[in-house]
Amino acid sequence: MLKITIDGHTTEVEEGTTILEAARKIGGEIVPPTMCYYSKLKGSGGKCRTCLVKVSKGSENDPRPMPKLVASCSTPVQDGMEVQNITSPEVLETRKAIVEFLLINHPLDCPVCDQAGECDLQDLSYAHGVDTSRFEEQKREFDVIDIGANIKLHMNRCILCYRCVYTVNQITNGRIHGVLYRGDASEISTFIQNAIENDFSGNVIDVCPVGALTDKTFRFKNRVWFLKTMDIHRNCPTCAGRAVAWMNGNEIYRVTGRKDEFGEVEEFICNECRFAKKDVNDWIIEGPRKIKRTSIISVNHYEKLKQGAIINPVDKKIEKPSEI
Amino acid sequence: MGRKILLDKIHIPDIQTFKVYKDNGGYASVEKALKKMTSAEVIEEVKKSGLRGRGGAGFPTGMKWSFLDTKSSNPRYLVCNADESEPGTFKDRYLIDNIPHLLIEGLIVSSYALGANTTFIYVRGEFKQQIGILNRAIREAHENGFLGKNILGTSYSLDIHVQAGGGAYICGEETALLESLEGKRGNPRLKPPFPAVKGLYGCPTVVNNVETLAAVVPIINLGGDEYAKIGIGRSTGTKLISACGHINKPGVYEIEMGITVEEFLNSEEYCGGVRNNKNIKALIPGGSSVPILPAHLITTTAANTPRLMSYESLSEGGFATGSMLGSGGFIVFDEDACIVRNTWNFSRFYHHESCGQCSPCREGTGWLEKILHRIEHGTGKLSDIDLLDSVAKKIEGNTICPLGDAAAWPVSSAIRHFRHEFEFHVQNADIVKDIKHGSLSKYLKKNFSLNSIY
Repeated sequence: MLKITIDGHTTEVEEGTTILEAARKIGGEIVPPTMCYYSKLKGSGGKCRTCLVKVSKGSENDPRPMPKLVASCSTPVQDGMEVQNITSPEVLETRKAIVEFLLINHPLDCPVCDQAGECDLQDLSYAHGVDTSRFEEQKREFDVIDIGANIKLHMNRCILCYRCVYTVNQITNGRIHGVLYRGDASEISTFIQNAIENDFSGNVIDVCPVGALTDKTFRFKNRVWFLKTMDIHRNCPTCAGRAVAWMNGNEIYRVTGRKDEFGEVEEFICNECRFAKKDVNDWIIEGPRKIKRTSIISVNHYEKLKQGAIINPVDKKIEKPSEI
Repeated sequence: MGRKILLDKIHIPDIQTFKVYKDNGGYASVEKALKKMTSAEVIEEVKKSGLRGRGGAGFPTGMKWSFLDTKSSNPRYLVCNADESEPGTFKDRYLIDNIPHLLIEGLIVSSYALGANTTFIYVRGEFKQQIGILNRAIREAHENGFLGKNILGTSYSLDIHVQAGGGAYICGEETALLESLEGKRGNPRLKPPFPAVKGLYGCPTVVNNVETLAAVVPIINLGGDEYAKIGIGRSTGTKLISACGHINKPGVYEIEMGITVEEFLNSEEYCGGVRNNKNIKALIPGGSSVPILPAHLITTTAANTPRLMSYESLSEGGFATGSMLGSGGFIVFDEDACIVRNTWNFSRFYHHESCGQCSPCREGTGWLEKILHRIEHGTGKLSDIDLLDSVAKKIEGNTICPLGDAAAWPVSSAIRHFRHEFEFHVQNADIVKDIKHGSLSKYLKKNFSLNSIY
């Protein structure tokens, strides 16, 4: 077992664990945010650079600090390592810069984006971003395309985390989905417009941290914060059949995988469960599901806005701004 | 005349052919290494020589070789990085063009030292001609028993394969090169694990530059200690410098490390001075990625000592008043050159060549280019100069591979040393806008100096 201290919290982890996984073990606000890393997808991580942390002590044997900030999702823990995340101004400053980079080509179309309310980038920019943009040029633009019968790709919103690429490569057979071109002209593509026709392709929607991949059966039907979330299951021949229903009254608006507190799908679900079974009678309802993430849906995160009173999106009461 | 140990034979006619090369003392190091030395002894000689990687980073080659995971049961690979695409650098192409067997010889000795039985030369896709030259040289070496099974009757066997890249600058980064060699998209890998542990096809791999591997030949012939006597301090041996820009004699020169920049720039043996009797304005000593040096820091350092052509002296003063030897792309700007336009040109290159994997580089390089485009074309603001600097600082050090740094350094250094030119562009937008840049301008207006703004 290796000892690691992150922002003063010490824990012991097995060899080969990354700094990020160690931080998740400790939990709380010291967990670095991630936009591309996905523990269930092999090879993911290292790309978005939002999880950069400062290693102030390399290990017990070699206590020198690491010269540059390291990506916590891909750096293995060494015994006696000391890491600074939220206690390092350098890390927070860099994270702010990364958010700025992610946003310069990301359209600010949250009001018409289906992901709003459960968007990792929205949460990240709320926590670490600035309220103005220094980018004056035109953002890059792509056409909105269909990939498969049920998935819409808004390449404008994509932050190129590669999660969907890994998902398609790893949980479906046949590699027909990948990244074309390079630099800021890169785009997610099913090679030469081959639609993803696969039982598990719908999971790319769940792993997408932004609104680039959305569910065509749910698009523009409702906002996520108006819906109740229910744990549901059914006897599915293809997948485990455990999912979450987003409901209003007795109507199921959409079905997604169950996500853990870090926003990762616990079990991938099949397309039939996701897209075809929208009737309450198809499912056995277990009970309400609490969404743990610090997003607008559950914990009313925006109450900490400095200016003026805001409307609580859950119970629609007007609240006073909190003290900070 | 400076001592030449790499390019000493290139004046011999038909040295590109095996017979002439062999008759002039070629392949002696192979016979010496394979018959009289163990692989550990070869590595020891390279360590003693103090040879440093010639691709740009300057990491000690012997040390890099000693990191190779020898305990692994997997095969080991040596990969020669001939993906030379840095603007201002063309030394590897020159070496392959003129004396290809030197590289093949270096590859055989190095592969023997590392215990590799398969070696790849990853050549930049645009080097069509060089691919043919290398393939011919390999075929000749094969026919004469220097490649293939049981080389020279020893138990050592080696095959060399030439693989052409698709023409992406990023594939010169060693892990992107390995990805590309495996047939994947050329995205740099996350490190660790380093290629020495998990490289090509997951096996221990060493990636070295063409010039580095060629330099192994004189190291074995002369002995590591003798090689280390050439040069100065920790910069041992000779270095190929590809000189270009506003000089009288552009071309590839082999220099002993430690000659002064002034000598290299002005002597008839090398660059022959700035062309048209103009004054020098700036110098990029190591290819487009390294910081630019203004006139007063070229021949002397900030501490008023003469600046030498060596790893240490060129980087003296850090990035504030120094630069880097890098890959040896020596780019000279005369007094009429426009630094803003040049910086924009470099940024355009890095924007185009960024692989798009990590966000600071993907978004930042494009942003830098757009701001520079604005300033260069007369629609910039004074605040844009600070914005540029801030964006460059935020890219630097936060990316997966060094391409982000390479994109940021030229911009930061140009602003540091030539801020007045950026300000001139912003404040004199009407003048800047009307200047016709590019090669056509000299035909449009006879006595109009290219790229000139003053």
